[in-house]
Amino acid sequence: MSKTDEKARGVNRRQFLTTTLKTACSVGLMGVGLGFYTQRANALPPMAIRPPGALPEEDFLGACIRCGLCVRDCPFDILFLGQLGDDIPTGSPYFIARTGPCEMCEDIPCVAACPTNALDHSLTDIEKARMGLAVVVDQENCIAFQGLRCEVCFNVCPIRGKAITLDMQHNVRSGKHALFIPVVHSDACTGCGLCEKACILEKAAIKVFPTDLAKGELGHHYRFGWKEKEKAGKALVTPDVEHQYNLPEGVGYDLQGEGLILDGKAQDNAPASPFSSNPLDTLNRKPEDD
Amino acid sequence: MANMPQDLGKEAIAKKGWLAAHRWLILRRISQLGILAAFMAGPWLDLWIVKGNLASSLTLETLPLTDPHILLQAMLSGVVPETTAIIGVFIVLAFYALVGGRVYCSWVCPVNMVTDAAAWLRRKLGIRGASHASRSTRYWILALTLILPLITGGIVWELVNPVSILFRAIVFSMGLAWILILGIFLFDLFVSRDGWCGHYCPVGAFYSLLSVRAPLRVIAVNREACDDCMDCFNVCPEAQVIKPALKGATKGIGPVITATQCTNCGRCIDVCAKDVFEFGNRYSRNQKSSLQPAQNH
Repeated sequence: MSKTDEKARGVNRRQFLTTTLKTACSVGLMGVGLGFYTQRANALPPMAIRPPGALPEEDFLGACIRCGLCVRDCPFDILFLGQLGDDIPTGSPYFIARTGPCEMCEDIPCVAACPTNALDHSLTDIEKARMGLAVVVDQENCIAFQGLRCEVCFNVCPIRGKAITLDMQHNVRSGKHALFIPVVHSDACTGCGLCEKACILEKAAIKVFPTDLAKGELGHHYRFGWKEKEKAGKALVTPDVEHQYNLPEGVGYDLQGEGLILDGKAQDNAPASPFSSNPLDTLNRKPEDD
Repeated sequence: MANMPQDLGKEAIAKKGWLAAHRWLILRRISQLGILAAFMAGPWLDLWIVKGNLASSLTLETLPLTDPHILLQAMLSGVVPETTAIIGVFIVLAFYALVGGRVYCSWVCPVNMVTDAAAWLRRKLGIRGASHASRSTRYWILALTLILPLITGGIVWELVNPVSILFRAIVFSMGLAWILILGIFLFDLFVSRDGWCGHYCPVGAFYSLLSVRAPLRVIAVNREACDDCMDCFNVCPEAQVIKPALKGATKGIGPVITATQCTNCGRCIDVCAKDVFEFGNRYSRNQKSSLQPAQNH
């Protein structure tokens, strides 16, 4: 090999290394940029709800290949793909409950269409779907809280009577009526959004939110005494002392039942008291009786 | 002797007629637009030939097709795909291994029509200047698209991939995708010749890897007839692939364009007035004996 050849090769090698390094650096920088962009671009606005069976958002974004087959197989055409420029990660499927809620098909065609398990194929019972959680978010405007009969959300709920129940409360304003307060139960709510769609207000007072946004979480150290007692079969702290009432004769009191009982009937049911029902007996007792 | 880029194809049109000088171009446009039409017949005419998009689709409710590059990214982020997706990927891999991976670029990809238009206008306006980036940049970006799912756990590339974004924009909804596409058009027009597809696109880079042993190749069968008009070099989006096959006779290099970057677009066949090139089987023994392809790849 001649010297000029070697020289030429040397230059080429240097050039090669320079270009390779340059390319590697710029592509590396691009990677960092892409990484940061992804973090921003992957944030999902709370009103965008993923289809049933969607993996937790972080896993979903790795699994969904943005093919749109779920969109095509939705018989109600409620699903959309995020467009460039939307707040929704590009190409990923979502629905907006207020305009097009999930109709909860029994055969869940969107899940069946998913080629990557981003919509988990182990979901076969649509009532087990957890797309989000409905929250009665505006108690000032929900007319049930004003004492008016509405109950539309309760009535349209596909898990009727389980996901939304009506809680009867005293109407303080009128003094004689009841409030029928809608209460959502997270153990049954699928997050389908039919309640949000049906809410009669200009803007829905009940809204579906992503579950982690909607739910609080109790301090891990926290214990409810009565639940612990139930679990253990007895009180774990100082045992309860049965409260003794000192009431006139013929009058009883049932704390968690009827309350004040005026006829003698309750007296018979009440546990035997170490004290006489007649206060005079106690007042007049002699010291040796102790 | 060399023709100006503006005059590309004039000789071929004069000799063969306009239609013959655009034969493969027309067929490619029919292919690209036909694929789009098949996807859009559903939403537009309620005629569901193909559902989904290029990432994954279902044809006539039976044939699954899945993009191997996108599914690979998903799998690297930790996904176990459904059987249909795996079948779909193998069908796609087998097809492109036969016809050449970058047939995807020139016969399927919608961005190709954008960059071809930019290249055409660039030639007509006589805009010169080469790219500063290396053509191997795309392989680095390809590596990046496969590393990022490992680090972030998400399919990062699909957030910005112009190929899937444009196809989805046409078949589903546009959004601001046109800005990205306009950007690519202007980049290819003013900044860099064959900039996007020829230097940066990791999708093309991935598919080029499937071309390594593809039988269907462009072959410079009549290379001794070449009169150095340069039309093929001017029209080719990967001009570097032509030289070894066209000019390698003295070095003992065969006439088959073996470079994996060749997109099998056939434009060199169209624009050549001397009919130097034709599509052929790389392994065929029917070629002129002196023109056997070099089998040393």
